[in-house]
Amino acid sequence: MPKPILTIKNLTKTYGKNVIFQNLDLTVNEGNTIVIIGPSGTGKSTLLRCINLLTRPNSGQIWLDDLEITAKGTDEDQVRQHIGMVFQNFLLFNHLTALGNVKLGLTKVKHMSEEAATQKAMHELSRVGLADRANHYPGQLSGGQQQRVGIARALAMDPRVMLFDEPTSALDPELIGEVLEVMRQLALEGMTMLVVTHEMGFAREVADRIVFMEKGYIVEEGSPDEMFNHPKFDRTREFLWKITELYGKKEKEAK
Amino acid sequence: MDFGQFVSYIASGTVFTVGVTLIALPSGLLVGSILALLYVYGGKTAARVMKVYSTIFRGIPPIVLLFILFFAVSKGINLSAFWAGSLSLGMVSSAYQMEIVRGSLLSVSGDQLMAARAVGLSRLQAIRYVVLPQAVRLAIPPWSNEAAIIIKDSSLVYALGVPEILRRAQLIGASSQRYLLAYLSAAIIYFLLVFATTRLLELLENKLTIPSNP
Repeated sequence: MPKPILTIKNLTKTYGKNVIFQNLDLTVNEGNTIVIIGPSGTGKSTLLRCINLLTRPNSGQIWLDDLEITAKGTDEDQVRQHIGMVFQNFLLFNHLTALGNVKLGLTKVKHMSEEAATQKAMHELSRVGLADRANHYPGQLSGGQQQRVGIARALAMDPRVMLFDEPTSALDPELIGEVLEVMRQLALEGMTMLVVTHEMGFAREVADRIVFMEKGYIVEEGSPDEMFNHPKFDRTREFLWKITELYGKKEKEAK
Repeated sequence: MDFGQFVSYIASGTVFTVGVTLIALPSGLLVGSILALLYVYGGKTAARVMKVYSTIFRGIPPIVLLFILFFAVSKGINLSAFWAGSLSLGMVSSAYQMEIVRGSLLSVSGDQLMAARAVGLSRLQAIRYVVLPQAVRLAIPPWSNEAAIIIKDSSLVYALGVPEILRRAQLIGASSQRYLLAYLSAAIIYFLLVFATTRLLELLENKLTIPSNP
Protein backbone atom coordinates (compact mmCIF):
# COMPACT_ATOMS: atom_id res chain seq x y z
CA MET A 1 0.00 0.00 0.00
CA PRO A 2 1.71 3.24 -1.10
CA LYS A 3 1.93 5.93 1.54
CA PRO A 4 0.72 9.35 0.46
CA ILE A 5 3.02 12.20 1.47
CA LEU A 6 1.04 14.99 -0.11
CA THR A 7 -2.70 14.86 -0.46
CA ILE A 8 -4.49 17.72 -2.14
CA LYS A 9 -8.27 17.86 -2.10
CA ASN A 10 -10.61 20.29 -3.78
CA LEU A 11 -7.99 22.99 -3.91
CA THR A 12 -9.09 26.31 -5.39
CA LYS A 13 -7.05 29.45 -5.89
CA THR A 14 -8.37 32.70 -7.32
CA TYR A 15 -6.97 36.18 -7.63
CA GLY A 16 -10.03 38.39 -7.59
CA LYS A 17 -12.28 37.05 -10.33
CA ASN A 18 -9.38 35.32 -11.99
CA VAL A 19 -9.59 31.59 -11.28
CA ILE A 20 -6.12 30.05 -11.26
CA PHE A 21 -7.31 26.52 -10.54
CA GLN A 22 -10.44 24.98 -9.17
CA ASN A 23 -11.30 21.85 -7.20
CA LEU A 24 -7.95 20.31 -7.83
CA ASP A 25 -7.13 16.85 -6.45
CA LEU A 26 -3.68 15.37 -6.42
CA THR A 27 -1.86 12.75 -4.39
CA VAL A 28 1.87 12.28 -4.22
CA ASN A 29 3.03 8.97 -2.78
CA GLU A 30 6.25 8.40 -0.93
CA GLY A 31 9.24 7.98 -3.19
CA ASN A 32 7.33 8.99 -6.29
CA THR A 33 8.29 11.59 -8.84
CA ILE A 34 5.29 13.39 -10.22
CA VAL A 35 5.84 15.65 -13.21
CA ILE A 36 3.30 18.39 -13.90
CA ILE A 37 3.20 19.64 -17.45
CA GLY A 38 0.97 22.11 -19.21
CA PRO A 39 0.93 25.44 -21.02
CA SER A 40 2.15 28.49 -19.13
CA GLY A 41 -0.45 30.35 -17.12
CA THR A 42 -2.32 27.20 -16.09
CA GLY A 43 -1.54 27.55 -12.42
CA LYS A 44 1.28 25.03 -12.07
CA SER A 45 3.61 27.41 -10.24
CA THR A 46 0.77 28.75 -8.13
CA LEU A 47 -0.06 25.18 -7.15
CA LEU A 48 3.49 24.62 -5.90
CA ARG A 49 3.37 27.89 -3.99
CA CYS A 50 0.11 26.88 -2.38
CA ILE A 51 1.61 23.58 -1.31
CA ASN A 52 4.35 25.21 0.74
CA LEU A 53 2.02 27.99 1.84
CA LEU A 54 3.88 30.81 0.13
CA THR A 55 0.45 31.58 -1.26
CA ARG A 56 -2.76 30.79 0.57
CA PRO A 57 -5.34 28.77 -1.37
CA ASN A 58 -8.90 30.08 -1.22
CA SER A 59 -10.43 26.75 -0.36
CA GLY A 60 -9.63 23.07 -0.24
CA GLN A 61 -7.22 21.06 1.86
CA ILE A 62 -3.62 19.96 1.69
CA TRP A 63 -2.16 17.25 3.90
CA LEU A 64 1.52 16.71 4.45
CA ASP A 65 1.64 13.15 5.73
CA ASP A 66 -1.20 13.17 8.28
CA LEU A 67 -1.09 16.88 9.02
CA GLU A 68 -3.58 19.18 7.38
CA ILE A 69 -1.35 22.15 6.63
CA THR A 70 -4.21 24.29 5.32
CA ALA A 71 -5.94 24.10 8.70
CA LYS A 72 -6.24 27.31 10.68
CA GLY A 73 -3.43 27.90 13.12
CA THR A 74 -0.88 25.82 11.22
CA ASP A 75 2.69 26.90 11.91
CA GLU A 76 3.73 27.83 8.37
CA ASP A 77 7.42 28.04 9.19
CA GLN A 78 7.26 24.57 10.63
CA VAL A 79 5.53 23.21 7.53
CA ARG A 80 7.97 24.82 5.09
CA GLN A 81 10.92 23.18 6.79
CA HIS A 82 9.57 19.86 5.58
CA ILE A 83 8.92 20.98 2.01
CA GLY A 84 11.91 21.77 -0.17
CA MET A 85 11.43 24.32 -2.90
CA VAL A 86 13.57 24.92 -5.97
CA PHE A 87 12.84 28.05 -7.98
CA GLN A 88 13.03 28.79 -11.66
CA ASN A 89 15.37 31.73 -11.03
CA PHE A 90 17.40 29.86 -8.36
CA LEU A 91 16.88 32.67 -5.83
CA LEU A 92 20.09 31.98 -3.97
CA PHE A 93 20.90 34.42 -1.19
CA ASN A 94 23.26 36.70 -3.07
CA HIS A 95 25.29 37.83 -0.08
CA LEU A 96 26.16 34.30 1.05
CA THR A 97 28.56 31.74 -0.38
CA ALA A 98 27.26 28.42 -1.67
CA LEU A 99 28.05 26.98 1.75
CA GLY A 100 26.37 29.93 3.49
CA ASN A 101 23.26 29.43 1.39
CA VAL A 102 22.95 25.78 2.37
CA LYS A 103 23.85 26.45 6.01
CA LEU A 104 21.43 29.30 6.73
CA GLY A 105 18.38 27.12 7.29
CA LEU A 106 20.40 24.64 9.32
CA THR A 107 21.73 27.20 11.78
CA LYS A 108 18.74 29.54 11.97
CA VAL A 109 15.80 27.18 11.59
CA LYS A 110 17.16 23.87 12.83
CA HIS A 111 19.48 25.59 15.32
CA MET A 112 22.36 23.27 14.49
CA SER A 113 25.83 24.14 15.74
CA GLU A 114 28.19 25.87 13.34
CA GLU A 115 30.29 22.72 12.84
CA ALA A 116 27.38 20.34 12.45
CA ALA A 117 25.76 22.71 9.96
CA THR A 118 28.96 23.04 7.95
CA GLN A 119 29.37 19.29 7.87
CA LYS A 120 25.80 18.73 6.77
CA ALA A 121 25.96 21.54 4.19
CA MET A 122 29.18 20.17 2.72
CA HIS A 123 27.55 16.77 2.45
CA GLU A 124 24.63 18.26 0.53
CA LEU A 125 26.96 20.25 -1.73
CA SER A 126 28.85 17.03 -2.50
CA ARG A 127 25.56 15.39 -3.40
CA VAL A 128 25.07 17.96 -6.14
CA GLY A 129 28.74 17.82 -7.12
CA LEU A 130 29.71 21.26 -5.86
CA ALA A 131 31.85 20.66 -2.80
CA ASP A 132 34.71 22.43 -4.57
CA ARG A 133 32.59 25.54 -5.06
CA ALA A 134 31.54 25.86 -1.41
CA ASN A 135 33.21 29.22 -0.93
CA HIS A 136 32.00 30.78 -4.16
CA TYR A 137 29.30 33.43 -4.16
CA PRO A 138 26.26 33.01 -6.42
CA GLY A 139 27.67 35.71 -8.70
CA GLN A 140 30.70 33.53 -9.27
CA LEU A 141 28.73 30.45 -10.27
CA SER A 142 27.15 29.45 -13.56
CA GLY A 143 23.37 29.16 -13.76
CA GLY A 144 23.54 25.39 -13.58
CA GLN A 145 25.79 25.52 -10.53
CA GLN A 146 23.52 28.07 -8.86
CA GLN A 147 20.53 25.82 -9.38
CA ARG A 148 22.40 22.86 -7.95
CA VAL A 149 23.20 24.96 -4.88
CA GLY A 150 19.48 25.77 -4.77
CA ILE A 151 18.74 22.05 -4.72
CA ALA A 152 21.36 21.43 -2.02
CA ARG A 153 19.88 24.25 0.05
CA ALA A 154 16.46 22.61 -0.07
CA LEU A 155 17.85 19.10 0.52
CA ALA A 156 19.77 20.19 3.59
CA MET A 157 16.53 20.59 5.50
CA ASP A 158 15.77 16.88 4.96
CA PRO A 159 12.39 17.63 3.42
CA ARG A 160 9.59 15.10 3.10
CA VAL A 161 8.97 16.27 -0.44
CA MET A 162 10.81 18.45 -2.95
CA LEU A 163 8.96 20.91 -5.18
CA PHE A 164 10.65 22.00 -8.39
CA ASP A 165 9.22 25.02 -10.19
CA GLU A 166 10.57 24.85 -13.74
CA PRO A 167 14.09 24.33 -12.42
CA THR A 168 15.75 24.41 -15.83
CA SER A 169 13.68 27.02 -17.66
CA ALA A 170 16.08 29.87 -16.93
CA LEU A 171 19.17 27.90 -17.93
CA ASP A 172 21.21 27.89 -21.10
CA PRO A 173 20.63 24.61 -22.94
CA GLU A 174 24.11 23.28 -22.21
CA LEU A 175 23.59 23.75 -18.45
CA ILE A 176 20.26 21.93 -18.25
CA GLY A 177 21.82 18.47 -18.24
CA GLU A 178 23.76 18.87 -15.01
CA VAL A 179 20.65 19.95 -13.12
CA LEU A 180 18.46 17.18 -14.54
CA GLU A 181 21.18 14.67 -13.67
CA VAL A 182 21.06 15.75 -10.02
CA MET A 183 17.27 15.45 -10.05
CA ARG A 184 17.43 12.03 -11.69
CA GLN A 185 19.83 10.92 -8.96
CA LEU A 186 17.46 12.21 -6.27
CA ALA A 187 14.58 10.27 -7.78
CA LEU A 188 16.71 7.13 -7.77
CA GLU A 189 17.52 7.67 -4.11
CA GLY A 190 13.81 7.63 -3.40
CA MET A 191 13.19 11.33 -2.79
CA THR A 192 9.55 12.29 -3.21
CA MET A 193 9.36 14.98 -5.86
CA LEU A 194 6.76 17.16 -7.52
CA VAL A 195 8.25 18.73 -10.62
CA VAL A 196 6.85 21.36 -12.94
CA THR A 197 8.88 21.19 -16.12
CA HIS A 198 8.86 21.22 -19.89
CA GLU A 199 11.69 18.70 -20.06
CA MET A 200 9.88 15.81 -21.70
CA GLY A 201 12.96 13.59 -21.70
CA PHE A 202 13.10 13.89 -17.92
CA ALA A 203 9.37 13.32 -17.60
CA ARG A 204 9.45 10.22 -19.75
CA GLU A 205 12.43 8.63 -18.01
CA VAL A 206 12.04 9.67 -14.40
CA ALA A 207 8.37 10.36 -13.70
CA ASP A 208 6.22 7.74 -12.03
CA ARG A 209 3.24 9.75 -13.09
CA ILE A 210 2.72 12.69 -15.43
CA VAL A 211 -0.03 15.19 -14.73
CA PHE A 212 -1.25 17.34 -17.60
CA MET A 213 -2.75 20.60 -16.37
CA GLU A 214 -4.51 23.19 -18.46
CA LYS A 215 -6.58 26.25 -17.61
CA GLY A 216 -6.67 25.36 -13.95
CA TYR A 217 -7.78 21.76 -14.37
CA ILE A 218 -6.01 18.45 -14.45
CA VAL A 219 -6.89 17.21 -17.92
CA GLU A 220 -5.27 13.84 -17.59
CA GLU A 221 -2.74 11.97 -15.53
CA GLY A 222 -1.02 8.67 -15.97
CA SER A 223 2.25 6.84 -16.32
CA PRO A 224 4.68 8.16 -18.91
CA ASP A 225 3.78 5.23 -21.14
CA GLU A 226 0.06 5.98 -20.93
CA MET A 227 0.56 9.67 -21.45
CA PHE A 228 3.04 9.50 -24.31
CA ASN A 229 1.73 6.44 -26.10
CA HIS A 230 -1.98 6.12 -25.34
CA PRO A 231 -3.34 9.41 -24.04
CA LYS A 232 -7.10 9.37 -23.45
CA PHE A 233 -7.64 12.92 -24.66
CA ASP A 234 -6.68 14.54 -27.92
CA ARG A 235 -5.66 17.68 -26.06
CA THR A 236 -3.01 15.70 -24.13
CA ARG A 237 -1.69 14.15 -27.33
CA GLU A 238 -1.58 17.52 -29.04
CA PHE A 239 0.26 19.24 -26.19
CA LEU A 240 2.77 16.45 -25.74
CA TRP A 241 3.43 16.32 -29.44
CA LYS A 242 4.03 20.05 -29.64
CA ILE A 243 6.24 20.26 -26.60
CA THR A 244 8.27 17.17 -27.50
CA GLU A 245 8.83 18.57 -30.97
CA LEU A 246 9.91 21.95 -29.60
CA TYR A 247 12.10 20.78 -26.73
CA GLY A 248 13.32 17.72 -28.59
CA LYS A 249 14.91 20.06 -31.08
CA LYS A 250 16.44 22.11 -28.30
CA GLU A 251 17.83 18.99 -26.64
CA LYS A 252 19.38 17.82 -29.89
CA GLU A 253 20.94 21.23 -30.45
CA ALA A 254 22.34 21.14 -26.96
CA LYS A 255 23.99 17.84 -27.66
CA MET B 1 46.99 87.94 13.88
CA ASP B 2 49.06 85.73 11.60
CA PHE B 3 47.73 83.38 8.97
CA GLY B 4 48.02 80.28 11.13
CA GLN B 5 45.95 81.80 13.94
CA PHE B 6 43.44 83.06 11.42
CA VAL B 7 42.82 79.66 9.91
CA SER B 8 42.94 77.76 13.19
CA TYR B 9 40.31 80.09 14.62
CA ILE B 10 37.97 79.06 11.82
CA ALA B 11 39.04 75.42 11.93
CA SER B 12 38.28 75.11 15.62
CA GLY B 13 34.63 75.42 14.62
CA THR B 14 35.00 71.92 13.19
CA VAL B 15 34.20 70.55 16.63
CA PHE B 16 30.66 71.92 16.31
CA THR B 17 30.28 70.94 12.67
CA VAL B 18 31.33 67.39 13.46
CA GLY B 19 29.26 67.43 16.64
CA VAL B 20 26.08 68.45 14.84
CA THR B 21 26.75 65.87 12.11
CA LEU B 22 27.46 63.12 14.62
CA ILE B 23 24.13 63.74 16.30
CA ALA B 24 21.97 64.43 13.24
CA LEU B 25 23.26 61.66 10.98
CA PRO B 26 23.12 58.65 13.35
CA SER B 27 19.85 59.72 14.96
CA GLY B 28 18.40 60.22 11.47
CA LEU B 29 19.69 56.78 10.51
CA LEU B 30 18.23 55.10 13.56
CA VAL B 31 14.83 56.75 13.22
CA GLY B 32 14.88 56.49 9.42
CA SER B 33 15.71 52.78 9.47
CA ILE B 34 13.01 51.93 11.97
CA LEU B 35 10.46 53.95 10.01
CA ALA B 36 11.60 52.34 6.75
CA LEU B 37 11.11 48.86 8.19
CA LEU B 38 7.63 49.88 9.34
CA TYR B 39 6.95 51.40 5.94
CA VAL B 40 7.90 48.26 4.04
CA TYR B 41 6.83 45.51 6.44
CA GLY B 42 4.36 47.20 8.78
CA GLY B 43 1.22 46.90 6.70
CA LYS B 44 -0.90 49.47 4.94
CA THR B 45 -1.69 51.79 7.83
CA ALA B 46 1.93 52.10 8.88
CA ALA B 47 2.92 52.74 5.27
CA ARG B 48 0.40 55.56 5.05
CA VAL B 49 1.63 57.19 8.25
CA MET B 50 5.24 56.91 7.11
CA LYS B 51 4.38 58.46 3.81
CA VAL B 52 2.88 61.48 5.55
CA TYR B 53 5.93 61.76 7.81
CA SER B 54 8.25 61.63 4.84
CA THR B 55 6.26 64.19 2.87
CA ILE B 56 6.11 66.66 5.74
CA PHE B 57 9.75 66.54 6.77
CA ARG B 58 11.06 66.57 3.24
CA GLY B 59 8.83 69.52 2.50
CA ILE B 60 10.15 71.82 5.22
CA PRO B 61 13.48 73.64 4.81
CA PRO B 62 15.78 72.50 7.64
CA ILE B 63 16.43 76.07 8.70
CA VAL B 64 12.72 76.75 9.21
CA LEU B 65 12.40 73.66 11.37
CA LEU B 66 15.48 74.78 13.23
CA PHE B 67 13.90 78.17 13.99
CA ILE B 68 10.67 76.54 15.08
CA LEU B 69 12.53 74.22 17.40
CA PHE B 70 14.79 76.91 18.82
CA PHE B 71 12.52 79.94 19.09
CA ALA B 72 9.15 78.32 19.65
CA VAL B 73 9.51 74.87 21.15
CA SER B 74 12.72 75.32 23.15
CA LYS B 75 10.99 77.91 25.34
CA GLY B 76 9.34 75.09 27.19
CA ILE B 77 12.12 72.50 27.28
CA ASN B 78 15.20 74.71 27.39
CA LEU B 79 16.97 73.45 24.30
CA SER B 80 20.37 74.91 23.49
CA ALA B 81 21.07 76.26 20.02
CA PHE B 82 23.45 73.38 19.38
CA TRP B 83 20.87 70.75 20.28
CA ALA B 84 17.99 72.46 18.53
CA GLY B 85 20.08 72.57 15.37
CA SER B 86 21.29 68.99 15.63
CA LEU B 87 17.85 67.61 16.33
CA SER B 88 16.05 69.48 13.58
CA LEU B 89 18.67 68.41 11.07
CA GLY B 90 18.28 64.86 12.37
CA MET B 91 14.52 65.00 11.90
CA VAL B 92 14.72 66.20 8.33
CA SER B 93 17.46 63.69 7.63
CA SER B 94 15.43 60.84 9.12
CA ALA B 95 12.83 61.35 6.38
CA TYR B 96 15.47 61.23 3.66
CA GLN B 97 17.23 58.29 5.24
CA MET B 98 13.92 56.48 5.56
CA GLU B 99 13.49 56.80 1.80
CA ILE B 100 17.05 55.55 1.22
CA VAL B 101 16.55 52.49 3.43
CA ARG B 102 13.08 51.86 2.05
CA GLY B 103 14.42 51.86 -1.49
CA SER B 104 17.16 49.38 -0.61
CA LEU B 105 14.76 47.13 1.28
CA LEU B 106 12.32 47.08 -1.61
CA SER B 107 14.96 46.27 -4.17
CA VAL B 108 16.10 43.23 -2.17
CA SER B 109 12.74 42.07 -0.85
CA GLY B 110 10.20 40.07 -2.80
CA ASP B 111 11.94 37.04 -4.24
CA GLN B 112 14.76 36.91 -1.69
CA LEU B 113 12.25 37.08 1.12
CA MET B 114 10.18 34.32 -0.49
CA ALA B 115 13.23 32.09 -0.93
CA ALA B 116 14.14 32.58 2.71
CA ARG B 117 10.61 31.75 3.84
CA ALA B 118 10.68 28.65 1.64
CA VAL B 119 13.70 27.38 3.58
CA GLY B 120 11.66 27.73 6.77
CA LEU B 121 12.89 31.05 8.13
CA SER B 122 10.30 33.17 9.89
CA ARG B 123 9.47 36.56 8.42
CA LEU B 124 11.63 38.29 11.01
CA GLN B 125 14.55 35.93 10.41
CA ALA B 126 14.21 36.34 6.65
CA ILE B 127 14.37 40.11 6.99
CA ARG B 128 17.27 39.97 9.41
CA TYR B 129 19.47 37.37 7.76
CA VAL B 130 18.62 37.72 4.09
CA VAL B 131 17.11 41.11 3.28
CA LEU B 132 18.99 43.44 5.63
CA PRO B 133 22.55 42.34 4.83
CA GLN B 134 21.90 42.95 1.15
CA ALA B 135 19.92 46.16 1.69
CA VAL B 136 22.72 47.69 3.78
CA ARG B 137 25.13 47.25 0.90
CA LEU B 138 22.74 48.90 -1.51
CA ALA B 139 22.12 51.78 0.86
CA ILE B 140 25.75 52.86 1.23
CA PRO B 141 26.12 54.95 -1.96
CA PRO B 142 22.93 57.01 -1.47
CA TRP B 143 23.67 57.22 2.24
CA SER B 144 27.08 58.67 1.51
CA ASN B 145 25.23 61.36 -0.41
CA GLU B 146 23.07 62.09 2.61
CA ALA B 147 26.12 62.22 4.89
CA ALA B 148 27.68 64.87 2.64
CA ILE B 149 24.47 66.90 2.72
CA ILE B 150 24.27 66.78 6.51
CA ILE B 151 27.90 67.86 6.97
CA LYS B 152 27.24 70.86 4.76
CA ASP B 153 23.80 71.62 6.21
CA SER B 154 25.29 71.65 9.69
CA SER B 155 26.42 75.15 8.74
CA LEU B 156 22.79 76.22 9.19
CA VAL B 157 23.22 76.29 12.97
CA TYR B 158 25.34 79.39 12.43
CA ALA B 159 22.04 81.23 12.20
CA LEU B 160 21.51 80.50 15.90
CA GLY B 161 24.97 81.70 16.80
CA VAL B 162 26.63 78.33 17.32
CA PRO B 163 30.33 79.05 16.74
CA GLU B 164 30.87 76.48 14.04
CA ILE B 165 33.03 76.90 10.92
CA LEU B 166 30.83 79.28 8.97
CA ARG B 167 29.99 81.39 11.99
CA ARG B 168 33.67 81.79 12.83
CA ALA B 169 34.56 82.62 9.24
CA GLN B 170 31.93 85.31 9.30
CA LEU B 171 33.19 86.77 12.58
CA ILE B 172 36.85 86.80 11.72
CA GLY B 173 36.14 87.95 8.19
CA ALA B 174 34.25 90.95 9.52
CA SER B 175 36.79 91.87 12.15
CA SER B 176 39.78 91.54 9.80
CA GLN B 177 38.04 92.59 6.60
CA ARG B 178 39.60 89.56 4.91
CA TYR B 179 36.35 87.99 3.75
CA LEU B 180 37.70 86.04 0.82
CA LEU B 181 40.36 84.33 2.90
CA ALA B 182 37.85 83.62 5.66
CA TYR B 183 35.18 82.04 3.50
CA LEU B 184 37.71 80.25 1.33
CA SER B 185 39.16 78.68 4.47
CA ALA B 186 35.67 77.64 5.53
CA ALA B 187 34.99 76.20 2.08
CA ILE B 188 38.20 74.16 2.14
CA ILE B 189 37.50 72.79 5.62
CA TYR B 190 33.96 71.73 4.62
CA PHE B 191 35.30 70.20 1.45
CA LEU B 192 37.92 68.19 3.33
CA LEU B 193 35.33 66.91 5.81
CA VAL B 194 32.97 65.81 3.05
CA PHE B 195 35.78 64.36 0.97
CA ALA B 196 37.14 62.30 3.85
CA THR B 197 33.67 61.03 4.75
CA THR B 198 32.63 59.99 1.26
CA ARG B 199 36.04 58.43 0.67
CA LEU B 200 35.70 56.36 3.86
CA LEU B 201 32.24 55.22 2.83
CA GLU B 202 33.56 54.31 -0.59
CA LEU B 203 36.17 52.12 1.06
CA LEU B 204 33.46 50.51 3.17
CA GLU B 205 31.36 49.93 0.07
CA ASN B 206 34.27 48.25 -1.70
CA LYS B 207 35.04 46.15 1.33
CA LEU B 208 31.44 44.92 1.51
CA THR B 209 31.02 44.26 -2.21
CA ILE B 210 29.90 40.70 -2.84
CA PRO B 211 32.37 38.95 -5.16
CA SER B 212 31.07 38.05 -8.59
CA ASN B 213 32.47 37.27 -11.98
CA PRO B 214 32.36 40.10 -14.49
